[in-house]
Amino acid sequence: MRTPFRKTAGKVALWILTFVLMVIMCVPGLWVVLTAFRPNAEVLAKPPVWIPEDPGLTNFAKIFGFAADQVAIPVPSYFANSLIIALTSTAIALLIGMSGGYAFARYRFRFKNGIFLGLMLSRTVPGIALSLPVFIIWSKLGLIDTKPGLIIVYVALNVPFTIWLIDGFFRQIPKEMSEAAQVDGCTRWQAFWKIEFPLAKSGIASAGIFAFLTSWNEYALASNLTRSTDSKTLPVGLMDFTAQFTIDWAGMSAMAVIIIIPALILTFLVQKHLIAGLTFGGVKG
Amino acid sequence: MAEITLDKVVKRYGKLEVVHGIDLKIAHNEFVVLVGPSGCGKSTTLRMIAGLEDISDGAIRIGGDVVNDLPPRKRNISMVFQNYALYPHMSVRENLGFGLKIAKQDPKMIEERVAEAAETLGLDALLDRTPAELSGGQRQRVAMGRAIVRHPEAFLFDEPLSNLDAKLRVQMRTEIKKLHQKVKTTVVYVTHDQVEAMTLADRIVIMRDGNIEQVGTPMEVFDHPLNTFVASFIGSPPMNLLPATVRGGAVHFTDGKSLPVPSRLAGKVRDGQEVTFGLRPDDLTPQGHGIAEGGERAQMELEVILSEPLGTETILYTTIAGQEAQGKMYGPRPVSPGERLVFDVALEKAHLFDAATGRSVAAD
Repeated sequence: MRTPFRKTAGKVALWILTFVLMVIMCVPGLWVVLTAFRPNAEVLAKPPVWIPEDPGLTNFAKIFGFAADQVAIPVPSYFANSLIIALTSTAIALLIGMSGGYAFARYRFRFKNGIFLGLMLSRTVPGIALSLPVFIIWSKLGLIDTKPGLIIVYVALNVPFTIWLIDGFFRQIPKEMSEAAQVDGCTRWQAFWKIEFPLAKSGIASAGIFAFLTSWNEYALASNLTRSTDSKTLPVGLMDFTAQFTIDWAGMSAMAVIIIIPALILTFLVQKHLIAGLTFGGVKG
Repeated sequence: MAEITLDKVVKRYGKLEVVHGIDLKIAHNEFVVLVGPSGCGKSTTLRMIAGLEDISDGAIRIGGDVVNDLPPRKRNISMVFQNYALYPHMSVRENLGFGLKIAKQDPKMIEERVAEAAETLGLDALLDRTPAELSGGQRQRVAMGRAIVRHPEAFLFDEPLSNLDAKLRVQMRTEIKKLHQKVKTTVVYVTHDQVEAMTLADRIVIMRDGNIEQVGTPMEVFDHPLNTFVASFIGSPPMNLLPATVRGGAVHFTDGKSLPVPSRLAGKVRDGQEVTFGLRPDDLTPQGHGIAEGGERAQMELEVILSEPLGTETILYTTIAGQEAQGKMYGPRPVSPGERLVFDVALEKAHLFDAATGRSVAAD
């Protein structure tokens, strides 16, 4: 028998462990956020200053070009590029993922397993390993430093995962649902949109978030394939803060905060869909 | 008029043929049950009628029109699925009204029809719940409600009761029968349960390996099975089927016992013919414990191996020709294993099947 004391002690120990682990995970992020609001001088102070003594938005003003003493970094362009590239590639990946996932879940066709395995295996190749061939092909096709160039790469990066995830969700929906709808008067297309799509929505939303975040955060390939404000994305833009001899840590942190915020907002907006436990009850199970 | 006609209907999956050209005519308002062991093609046949499976060959007509190439929505049928297939993201009301809404019917009319179906099936109190909040029997009722709301020409049922527990199954079986009496429509019902088939059907279609073995009213297939398969499939406990040889007007079993050839079958067998002697347990009863006395009888003394009392009757296990056979004792008294009893064999109810073909000799 465990005594109440030992029980409490165990609980406390567990909480302390959780706290330590959370600190290890969160402090770098917290440091970035704090640094975004302090002057550069304070960043390098020894001993370190934890809470900014004079917190302000100077760093943000600087990177948007409102401060006199620094060349502006074209954050609005980068932001727009990131948004266009991430949203477009996510939309395309979802469209392909939905059709592909549905096909894998519902239809029988030649080489189905082989194709599925191939898609999964493609995920084992790190994207960066393909950067040189992609670079060469893209430069021949004139896709270097263009938004479509990056969009195509991200679609390719995301499609296997979205197909896999969405396939799993469609698989959970018994095919009798769509058959019942067809008997009830739907075309196959209507049965999909009125019955199967709403039931797989949470899966499709999850796939969308994953695809968006992958594109939004991707650095390695983007840094190879982009050159200018035509296509540079926010993560690549971060490198603008490193000069030959100096690094503007405060500016970089401010920009990092700007990168994080949309991702956070999006995740919060769709998180209820991430809870995939949609109440199934239409079938016995 | 919603007559359903199947004309040499074939289903092939690639090279594998699973339904071998079946013919069937289902009359207007008739309740037809397709029954058979799993894999006999009964569900495939039903799905072909529904339009959920392509027809490889032959023709299906509903109300006179060939529907081979019509999608399910244009066949004016409705279907109740084994797993109910209710739409989980819709309330019961929306589930019921879905088909009418898709058909762009007047909302007021939809509401009336839904109310009418809900009343028929006792679903009034459940209209605002979602399927997840319903019990198995209630889901089953919603599935049936969804079928009747559209006033289709025919109902198709695909093993609708197999997901329910035994008690509820009997209850829902009765409800389906009542529903059919109320909403007079053609019904095609698939099940592997011969009791369901017997109790519900106007006519039973017994299928095996993609062929129809026999079509008839429940009593026809029970009393006059065309072959040993039907004989063993219909009836519980199943018919005793015992190998024997016809010699000198008698049926000789391998253990030396013999019975006279039933007089109605006397002209149908020839001397030396190998046969299977079929006798239902109800027609093998200890003397004084049968249902009806008189008629053409023969006696056999048999040893009881095991007895299963069921209340009004006791099932007795015995051996004839080295094979287990079952008899019934009505108005039972306790019987101990090893007891030897004289059994009455109701010969006028006995069947003879040709051993080679399995066909009833009465059929030829």
